[in-house]
Amino acid sequence: MIGFIARLGTAGIHVCEAIGRSGWLLVRSIIRKPNFRHGFPALIEQIYSEGVLSLVIILVSGLFIGMVVSLQGYNVLEKFGTTPALGQLLALSITRELGPVVSAILFAGRAGSALTAEIGLMKATDQLSSMEMMAVDPLHRVIAPRFWGGFFSVPILATIFTTIAIYGGYLVGVHWLGVDNGAFWSGMQSNVDFRIDIVNGIIKSIVFGFAITWIAIFQGYDCVPTAEGISRATTRTVVYSSLVILGLDFVLTAMMMGGW
Amino acid sequence: MTENFVTIRNLHFYYRDHVIFDGVDLDIPRGKITAIMGPSGTGKTTLLRLIGAQLTPDQGSVDVDGQAIHHLSRSALYQARRKMGMLFQSGALFTNLSVFDNVAFPIREHYRLPESMIYTLVLLKLEAVGLRGARHLMPSELSGGMARRVALARALALDPQLIMYDEPFTGQDPITMGVLVKLIKTINNTLGTTSIIVSHDVPETASIADYIYLLADGKVIGHGSPETLQQSSAENVNQFLKGLPDGPVPFNYPCNTLTDDLFEEDRP
Amino acid sequence: MGKQRYTDFIVGLFMMAGIAAFVFLAIKVSGLTTFSESGTYRVKAAFTNIGDLKVRAPVTIAGVKIGRVTAIDLNPQDFKAVITMEIDNASDHIPTDSTANIFTAGLLGANYISIAPGFDETFLKNGGEIENTNQALILQNLIGQLLFSLKNPDKNTKESS
Repeated sequence: MIGFIARLGTAGIHVCEAIGRSGWLLVRSIIRKPNFRHGFPALIEQIYSEGVLSLVIILVSGLFIGMVVSLQGYNVLEKFGTTPALGQLLALSITRELGPVVSAILFAGRAGSALTAEIGLMKATDQLSSMEMMAVDPLHRVIAPRFWGGFFSVPILATIFTTIAIYGGYLVGVHWLGVDNGAFWSGMQSNVDFRIDIVNGIIKSIVFGFAITWIAIFQGYDCVPTAEGISRATTRTVVYSSLVILGLDFVLTAMMMGGW
Repeated sequence: MTENFVTIRNLHFYYRDHVIFDGVDLDIPRGKITAIMGPSGTGKTTLLRLIGAQLTPDQGSVDVDGQAIHHLSRSALYQARRKMGMLFQSGALFTNLSVFDNVAFPIREHYRLPESMIYTLVLLKLEAVGLRGARHLMPSELSGGMARRVALARALALDPQLIMYDEPFTGQDPITMGVLVKLIKTINNTLGTTSIIVSHDVPETASIADYIYLLADGKVIGHGSPETLQQSSAENVNQFLKGLPDGPVPFNYPCNTLTDDLFEEDRP
Repeated sequence: MGKQRYTDFIVGLFMMAGIAAFVFLAIKVSGLTTFSESGTYRVKAAFTNIGDLKVRAPVTIAGVKIGRVTAIDLNPQDFKAVITMEIDNASDHIPTDSTANIFTAGLLGANYISIAPGFDETFLKNGGEIENTNQALILQNLIGQLLFSLKNPDKNTKESS
């Protein structure tokens, strides 16, 4: 029993240490005066490899999620004879929840894991150390652009995801199932609020982007520099990111519903 | 200007519970090739990282070019590091950049030069290691020896006063080894840089080093010019230099006797 | 450098796609600025009961959206709900004797205002009021009345006869 409590205590201390180290890493990486000459091209490159290259999976999944929500929603609404409310159902469920959450989880799987693996491999092959010996701070040159790249990419990806999902839902609802076009859009417009639904959805995705890239860079930078260590760190990035996204989603929703 | 480029006094360093250095004194003379040798796991690479201030000693001092390197401010440390070049065991080339961009990287980071001047500089550095023709290749297309030569060109890019070679000969075929030995010697002679070689390849290192330090168990067990060390009568020095399988450094990992293990009660 | 230019270009396109998606969400999905182009005019109407009509509910004529509800207030004198709606300038020929009804989209859908045009020669202007209004059909009241008449069939038939 005492052994169990002791192990629990050790685990708790490790978790606290990790949180402290990751916070310190983040502070050292991003708090400094910006360097436009090297920083800006590096940022563009990272937005390309994290954001643009994630676009295909975001577009395809967004389209299908919108289509399936529309199909399911139609079948339920049909029983009550309120199929014109489909637009409202689709837009609210996607702008509030599915858009930010699903795109963030997809980003964690597509780009977050790649970030961790890349940084871990750079650590394992001494690239970070050699940069340090060249008097270049790897936190500024490697970690910071990757963090900001993800931070800017996620809200853009989430917005595109939401748009394409609503379009997918429109295709199925209006063109296939025959919901009235005018009722579909006007129902959506009269029930979706710009501030409460759209802006809050984007705020969620900004928070998720922050969390995912933070976890990804920390797991990469802190990993054991071996093949096994990198694979474990990559797995942890995806698992922790997904859990944190879902947990934060609940907290943020509660705060937003509470009139915040 | 002091005579020694690097001075290490009473260095203690612990990694978790392990004692890596237990009072080490070292002098690296300016403009000479100094070799640091010893069996695997004696912390030779750690020593280089201590000199580069990537690690902080638990006790003792490391002076590089007259500055106590671990007591410098961050920006002063980064200034001091510009005087150092380090060749990592794996080469540590940036895998997403071509050979040319790898060598150009430190120059681009620290100086704002026109692209044409960078081109000239990089080509000169690559010419020095004989790989000017390989400038368009990616690191994945290079052999291990070539990668090390590119890394050497990159380490030379900022014209450092001190170059640290971390196991430059390990795992190379005889021809590559010969090439690297020649390169290190030439660079030292022509540029007048101070060189530190960490290695356990005795004949190659002994052929170019001016002075050798032998490390074992966290202490300096012998030092002197290659010739004096060869004639040393100390048992542990002899064992290392001649490669004897058993001696003061035992063949067996420390454990119980074989009889004890074989007749142990909880054996399967 | 050619590669760098290509990356810059693609990232630029990516950001523009993000902005376009945002504009789509703002205008087409949340209807943020649907009527700002040709201008709008305001009309009031007082209802005895508005059901669960909400601000930004659509205003329609013959099922076509021509405006939306911008404010709902209570008149403290006669306890009527005063609805302010914004109507698109394009439909400025609404006769003054038109009737405003509150309907429900589908059985359980959201409430909206439907204007049934009258025959007057004068038209509604900015600040005008629709005099003829029909209150919302409250489902609970209807069910209540139905249940009441089912419980007391005799009384009901007597009254009707």
